[in-house]
Amino acid sequence: MFSRDNWKEIFDTIKKNKLRTFLSGFTVALGIFIFVVLFGFGNGLINTFDDFFGDDATNVFFIFPGKTTKPYKGYKSNRQIEFDNSDLADIEKNFTMFLEYTTPRITRGALVKYNNESNNYTTRAVAPAHQYAEKTIVMKGRFLNQEDIKNKTKYAVIGRLVEKDLFGTKNPIGEYIDIGGSAYMVIGVFQDEGGDNEERYIYIPYTTRQLIEKNTDKIDQIIVGFRPEIGYVGAMAFDKSLDRFIRDKKNISPEDQSGIFIRNVADQLKQNQQFARVLQIIVAFVAFGTIIAGIIGISNIMVFVVKERTKELGIRKALGATPRSVISTILLESVFITTFSGFTGMLAGIALLSSMGEKLEDFFITNPFIDLGTAIFATFILILFGAIAGYIPAKRAANIKPIVALRDE
Amino acid sequence: MIEIKDLHKSYKMGKNSLHVLKGINFSVEEGELVAIMGSSGSGKSTLLNILGMLDVLDEGSYSLDKVPIINLNETKAAQYRNKFLGFVFQSFNLINYKTALENVALPLYYQRVGRKERNIKALKYLEQVGLKEWATHLPNELSGGQKQRVAIARAMAAEPKVLLADEPTGALDSKTSYEVMDLIQKINDSGNTILIVTHEPDIANMCKRVVHLKDGVIVEDKKITQVRASQYVQ
Repeated sequence: MFSRDNWKEIFDTIKKNKLRTFLSGFTVALGIFIFVVLFGFGNGLINTFDDFFGDDATNVFFIFPGKTTKPYKGYKSNRQIEFDNSDLADIEKNFTMFLEYTTPRITRGALVKYNNESNNYTTRAVAPAHQYAEKTIVMKGRFLNQEDIKNKTKYAVIGRLVEKDLFGTKNPIGEYIDIGGSAYMVIGVFQDEGGDNEERYIYIPYTTRQLIEKNTDKIDQIIVGFRPEIGYVGAMAFDKSLDRFIRDKKNISPEDQSGIFIRNVADQLKQNQQFARVLQIIVAFVAFGTIIAGIIGISNIMVFVVKERTKELGIRKALGATPRSVISTILLESVFITTFSGFTGMLAGIALLSSMGEKLEDFFITNPFIDLGTAIFATFILILFGAIAGYIPAKRAANIKPIVALRDE
Repeated sequence: MIEIKDLHKSYKMGKNSLHVLKGINFSVEEGELVAIMGSSGSGKSTLLNILGMLDVLDEGSYSLDKVPIINLNETKAAQYRNKFLGFVFQSFNLINYKTALENVALPLYYQRVGRKERNIKALKYLEQVGLKEWATHLPNELSGGQKQRVAIARAMAAEPKVLLADEPTGALDSKTSYEVMDLIQKINDSGNTILIVTHEPDIANMCKRVVHLKDGVIVEDKKITQVRASQYVQ
């Protein structure tokens, strides 16, 4: 079956029947190509979702105060909830088991000046642990530390783009900048994978901000980092008891939707990942459909090929071709074409995916890829079913009496 | 060479069955050139197809070169066809995407003859039919007479015991027909057994024996004096 002579015969047939070869090859190549590309796009979609959340830690809750909408325990509704330093301390005291760190965040806009350069930036007054919550990467100098908080130092850690705007190529460390009327020394420069906006922030100690604002102890937001070991279920439980604790302390009705908000990054991430997964399943389903369509396509072509060759097969049989040799002629030809064009389509698909990179980021597809195993498996399936699809008409053709086949016009 | 006894064959046409051959007794010796004649529907092609193992008989017996041809599966039939028989068809039945040489070499491919030897042999037979220069041409580049000569070369290439020709001149003009018959006579002269189905009396007269079929039985079987086709060929 695999003699050189046989293959020569097959190549001759392939060479001399270009349209037929092209049609079956094209069907298979296109099927695999679309499968690979679609599957790759599905993975790209997941990549995008991962990227959205990849710049922040996922073991974090953001707690925001709001306005109550329900009267509770003698308090009227429409009361503005505010957090202060004691809330931070209480959370730390009551949830030691769950906690990895906490940090307040006070956000203020400010005009920032250095020499002749000035611009409006957002300052975030935070504790040192904020670095973990936002996954801030320090490029130069250092981040805020506990001493800065204690001493209420006028130190600032500026974003990469702030440095670029104000200092150009000059080293900013040790330089003084004017933030909203008071001078701060730049002690560090950071970058953040979250994008340009994240790199336009300026971090200062929260105690310094509170001192400037008439020595208040108010804070805007509390950010709580929990131990990753507690897992998703633990995080959900922690979320719940934290919510109950704050409502209890601040006299907010358990039914009030807007007294406080807890943004649970882990939960959001999970939901988004599920969404991405559903999308991927849909894409995989469509891709699978393409494979099925490819199989049906190659089956049709095989039926057509056998029909077209009926007379030729009759001649061959009259000249002494056994049914076995008729089947192997058709089958080897079909398997050869599907294998060759299948892998061509696969490689073309992979090439397209890898050339794509981040070009489709606007469409939520980042670095689409397909693992080689999946691609080869799909190609193999198509070849296998192509062979099965070819075998049935080939077998039928082999069993046609030569006299019937010869009469075929 | 060929022994047929009490051969019956009928075709089912829906509920009715059409009795085509109704008891044929017939034998052919080695080296004969036999014409099977009859009007259309007389069963002559059916007889040839059964002789060629392209079709199976219902009743009776058939032996070819003392080998009983009975209960053959397709594989066995294919091997016997390849070993014993050469076919020439009215419509030539060349494979249109293969050159003349490749067409002639095809039966040898199924005999598992090596490629080189195959091509040498095929070229030799093409030379015999006077088409050596046309070896690399495709069938559609050849005239009808040339096609039939390629088909005859192909039938001879396997060195069969019997050459079966079904209306070999049916698609040709009379001049070309005589050329083809001249070739067939020469092949017969060198000792090959040949059976020709035809309805043209002048073609039949170029054979050595004429068998008349009518309504599925042999009505006449006589030896004749052969008319040589060469006298009509310049």
